Amino acid sequence: MKFTEEHEWLRVEGDEVVVGITAHAAEQLGDVVFIELPDEGQTVSKDDEIVVIESVKAASDILAPLDGEITEVNEALVEEPGKVNDDPEGDAWFFKMKIEDMSALDDMMDEAAYKDYIG
Amino acid sequence: MLWRGLEYAGCRLPRTRSQTKGCRVSDLKRTPLYDLHVSLGAKMVPFAGYEMPVQYGLGVMKEHLHCRAAAGLFDVSHMGQVILRSEDPEVAKAALETLIPQDVLGLAENRQRYGFFTNDAGGIEDDLMFANRGDHLFFVVNAACKDADVARMRAALEPDVTVKLLENRALLALQGPKAEAVLAEHHPMVAEMRFMDVATVPIAGAECWVSRSGYTGEDGYEISVPVASATDLAKALLAHEDVEAIGLGARDSLRLEAGLCLYGHDIDATTSPVEGGLTWGMQKVRRAGGDRAGGFPGADRIMRELTEGVSRKRVGLSPEGRAPMREGTPLFASADGDTQIGTVTSGGFGPTVGAPVAMGYVDAAHAENGTALFGEVRGKRLPVSVAKLPFVAAGFKR
Repeated sequence: MKFTEEHEWLRVEGDEVVVGITAHAAEQLGDVVFIELPDEGQTVSKDDEIVVIESVKAASDILAPLDGEITEVNEALVEEPGKVNDDPEGDAWFFKMKIEDMSALDDMMDEAAYKDYIG
Repeated sequence: MLWRGLEYAGCRLPRTRSQTKGCRVSDLKRTPLYDLHVSLGAKMVPFAGYEMPVQYGLGVMKEHLHCRAAAGLFDVSHMGQVILRSEDPEVAKAALETLIPQDVLGLAENRQRYGFFTNDAGGIEDDLMFANRGDHLFFVVNAACKDADVARMRAALEPDVTVKLLENRALLALQGPKAEAVLAEHHPMVAEMRFMDVATVPIAGAECWVSRSGYTGEDGYEISVPVASATDLAKALLAHEDVEAIGLGARDSLRLEAGLCLYGHDIDATTSPVEGGLTWGMQKVRRAGGDRAGGFPGADRIMRELTEGVSRKRVGLSPEGRAPMREGTPLFASADGDTQIGTVTSGGFGPTVGAPVAMGYVDAAHAENGTALFGEVRGKRLPVSVAKLPFVAAGFKR
C-alpha cells in the first residue's frame, strides 16, 4: 500500500489502483455523514477535487492522486457513509482508477514513511 | 485529501499532530476539568479562548445519541458565572431591566429565565440565563462575551449594584432523560425541581448551585460547583453507568436539533430578538401596553418590529438530500434565480433526526414553514425547505 501527504491510501489491483482514506484521516474527520463520488469513466488530473466527504465536524475533499480514468466507484458509501469510520482501509474504498504511469507510485510513501509523517 | 476546514463553531481543528505544536496553545485558558478531559482521552480544541474537549472516545455521533437516550456530562466551565448584588435586591433587579428586555422584577425567588443583552441598534450583545437567588441575581453568560458583559453591567449599574465575575466555580451540565435519576442519587431534592427552578444543593460534600435547565433540548441540570470539588463531582457523575462525557461537537448538534441559537452565529450584534425569533423570551410587562414597557437598549427598533414585523427571520431548514448545509451556505428562492434570499447560520448533520439540519435567516416572504428553497453547496443548488423548530421535541420537566 502507498500513501499520499493528503492521507489517501493507494492499493494496486492488476492494472488498476484502489483509493481510500487512511484510518488516521478517518479518525481526524470523525463520523462521516455524507459522500459524493465521481462518475465512472471520468478522466481526472492529479489534484482534481473528485470526492466530497462531510463528517459531523467538517467538509473535506479527496484529490485525484494521479492522472487517470475512474473505472469504478464504491456506491455503497453513498448509502452508508459511516463505513468510512468502520473500515477505512478495507471495505470503504472510494474509487478505482486506471493510471497512465504506474511508476508514479514509486515516489509515494510506504506505510512506515506515512506513520512517520503523521507522527 | 484536502482538509477544506475542520471547523467547529468557528474553531479550526488541528490537521495533524505536528501542526498542533505550532498553535499558540499557551494563550488558551483551561477549565478546572482540563486534566480530567485529557485523562478521558478527549480531543482538545481552542474554543472561545479555552482549550475545550470537542469529543471523547465515543465520537460526536455516539455522544449525541447517548445524551438523548441516557445522560451526558458537559464541562461548560468556560462560560461566565456572574453575581449581581445590591443592598436592596429590588435595586439590582430594576437596574438590570435597563439592560435586558426581560421581566426581572417579576421573576420569583429560585426561578431562572432566559434573556439577552441588547444594544442601542436593537441587536443582541449576548444571550444568557439569569436566576433570582433571593439576595442576589446569578447569571450564566457566553464565554466569548463574558468580559464585555461584565464591563457593560459595571458601566451601567455601579455603584448601586456590584457585579462579580466568579473565578472560583466550575460549571457542569448533566443532560438527558436519565439526568434526574442520576443526580437524585446524590441528593433527592433535585427530583422535586421543575424546569428553570434553581436551588442550593449539597452534592458530594460541596455547595452546588443547581438549575434544572441546559442547552440540549433534554431535561437536565446545570451545576455550579466550587473549583476544588469540580473534578470529584464530575468523576462521581461519570461513574454512573448511564453517564458519558460529551464534548462540544455533540453539544452543537444537540442544541441545533433543539432549535437553540449559538451566539455569534445564529444571533449577534446585528440581529434583533424579533428577527431571531426570540420574542417568547420577552415578557408582556416589557412590551407595548405593559407596566414597564421598553426602557432597554434598542427598544425603539425592537418595539417597532414587534408591531410592524421584520424583513428577515430566523427559521429552521431541512435539506432534502444527505448533503449538510453548513454555516454561510447562501439560500435562493429558485434553482436558477440570481437573488439570494437568505443564509444558513448553523448547519450540520442531526444524529437524532438522521439527516442534515440547519437554521438561518431568510427574507420574511420566504419564512413560512414548508417553503421550498435552494441552498448553494459547492456550486450546486440543492433543495431545502423551511422547517418548524425544534427538529427534536424538548424533554423538559415543566
